[in-house]
Amino acid sequence: MYACLHLSESQEEAGESLLALARQFTPLFERAAPETVVLAMEGMERLLGSPLEMAEAIEKQAREANLSVRIAIAGNPDAAIYAARSYSGITIVPPGEEQKWLGSLDISHLPLTPETEETLRRWGIRTFAQLAALPETGVAARFGQEGVHLQRIARGEYSRPLIPWHPDLTFERHEELEHPVELLEPLLFVIGRQIHEICDALRQSSLATNEIQLVLTLEGNVENRRTLRLPVPLNIAAPLRQLIQLDLEAHPPQAAITGVRIEARPVMPQRLQTGLFLPQAPEPAKLELTLKRIEKLVGEGRVGTPEIPDTHRPGAFRIQLRQAFQTEPARQEERRQISLALRIYRPPLEAEVDLRDGAPARIKAAGIRGRVLNYAGPWRTAGDWWRNDAWSRAEWDIALSDQSLYRIYFDMREDRWFIEGRYD
Amino acid sequence: MAASPQILSFPGRVQLTEPTGIPEFDRLTGGLPTGAITEIFGSPSSGRTSLLLSLFAAMSMQGKVCALVDSTDSFDPASAERAGVRLANLVWVRCNRHAGHAFKAADMLLHGGGFGLIALDLADLPRRVLQHIPLSYWYRFRRAIEHTPASLVVLSTEPQVKSCATLLLETKRSRLDLSGAPGFHLLRGLEMQLLPRKPVRSATAQLRAEAIR
Repeated sequence: MYACLHLSESQEEAGESLLALARQFTPLFERAAPETVVLAMEGMERLLGSPLEMAEAIEKQAREANLSVRIAIAGNPDAAIYAARSYSGITIVPPGEEQKWLGSLDISHLPLTPETEETLRRWGIRTFAQLAALPETGVAARFGQEGVHLQRIARGEYSRPLIPWHPDLTFERHEELEHPVELLEPLLFVIGRQIHEICDALRQSSLATNEIQLVLTLEGNVENRRTLRLPVPLNIAAPLRQLIQLDLEAHPPQAAITGVRIEARPVMPQRLQTGLFLPQAPEPAKLELTLKRIEKLVGEGRVGTPEIPDTHRPGAFRIQLRQAFQTEPARQEERRQISLALRIYRPPLEAEVDLRDGAPARIKAAGIRGRVLNYAGPWRTAGDWWRNDAWSRAEWDIALSDQSLYRIYFDMREDRWFIEGRYD
Repeated sequence: MAASPQILSFPGRVQLTEPTGIPEFDRLTGGLPTGAITEIFGSPSSGRTSLLLSLFAAMSMQGKVCALVDSTDSFDPASAERAGVRLANLVWVRCNRHAGHAFKAADMLLHGGGFGLIALDLADLPRRVLQHIPLSYWYRFRRAIEHTPASLVVLSTEPQVKSCATLLLETKRSRLDLSGAPGFHLLRGLEMQLLPRKPVRSATAQLRAEAIR
């Protein structure tokens, strides 16, 4: 059952009041036109009574809101819309009698193309009843699917789901502070409240955010903008507030704050189908917070997942914060081979190397000195010759008298020896 | 399907362990203890890091998320990739030779939860720094990890974890494998011996780390 409310006279400013009136009865309604809304009233009988009592209740609320509306209740949305637009006051269209109530309406009420309207008028079709009486197969042959659709509306038989109306979704909060704030704690109080409101709005829309813009207006009308990008969309206030706190502690504003604006970019929340037998992985929100805390401790760019870039440059790597892990187990190998690992010195240790027959014989560096007992090499590598940071070197693996194994190299561009790392 | 956990009996209690896929290691220890601290110590170039990377490879390939707290920035991602570590499942914390940061980061990761293996690499920290680590840290770590499915592995030159370690392993280099004529040598690998120091056993395991260029 559907109720259509149609503003009986042009009240441009009443559009918002009409929406508010509709919201008083149901959250599920369609805004068919700026002056027309259709409410889904299914299941409201126990609350409001018969269709007539429903209409009277709506009319009473409309009067209180100073709205003059036409109300029609019918079994499908379109019948309710056409009845409300055509009849003043309250109209109740009983089920099965739609054609009787709509039959006298002019076809100009229908969503016709000019060509279709001209053809129908040339045929002498003026009203809904005349269109409804035409043979269905003939209408389909002449007008196709569009004609069948129009005829079903004219007969009052066309039923469709409502297109629910939602307000424009904005996830932004702004507040001008009465006094400039210099301390973090009172500022976080304001930010916490805004984040809570934004997260509530996100959750109500089944959304989350993966980017938050924090715009602080500083004294002197200077804007301080911070952007927090989250690897995993979140809609929980507590971790977001803590992430903002960590960011502000790491990058404190340079003056007192007079205004706070927070904007959240809405995205679909991450949905994970976890398996009963899959290994446990850190909870994304908690992990994000943990990694940010560690980053605050050890410094930016010093925590994350390592990646090896597509280059032959020795020791090249990238590190980035990410939350997406592969929890699918790999195919089990028969036997895993242990690979000899290198422990890198960052930066490489400069060394003095004595050569004998072109091979290292003795080495001296900070904390390392000894006789070379065994060696393998040289391995010559070079690359990126077209860039300023090109490399060209000869690598050696050496076993020292102190029982350690090192990788050393001779940098041909700098003409110096370095210890790159120790095998372990 | 990943290998299922095993139960290893230690004197006086039952310890859950996770198979590592390294047959010699599993035969000797029954697997990597979960909800407990394992310490691997040994002299430089004895194969400690190679063993640790193999443990990372085993756990990350099982789909577990691992974390490495690298106190001296000495982790080599290329070595890890060669060892079979799924780098996408590894969180690397670079502490720039700051022992205090390393312990705090390990503590945060342990309390964050969800990791399969957390390693604290103290192998290159000077002895005078390690001597100042209070024993209470290790009690705190043991308390944080017990009753969780995670393992904490500590890598060091000398035993640090003391009584809080459930499994204490020492690595010793037994042989360096170089092939080829003098002057044209090729480093083939390193053979090491794995000795259980806690619980004390007479059995040892021989492992070989292959040098792959």
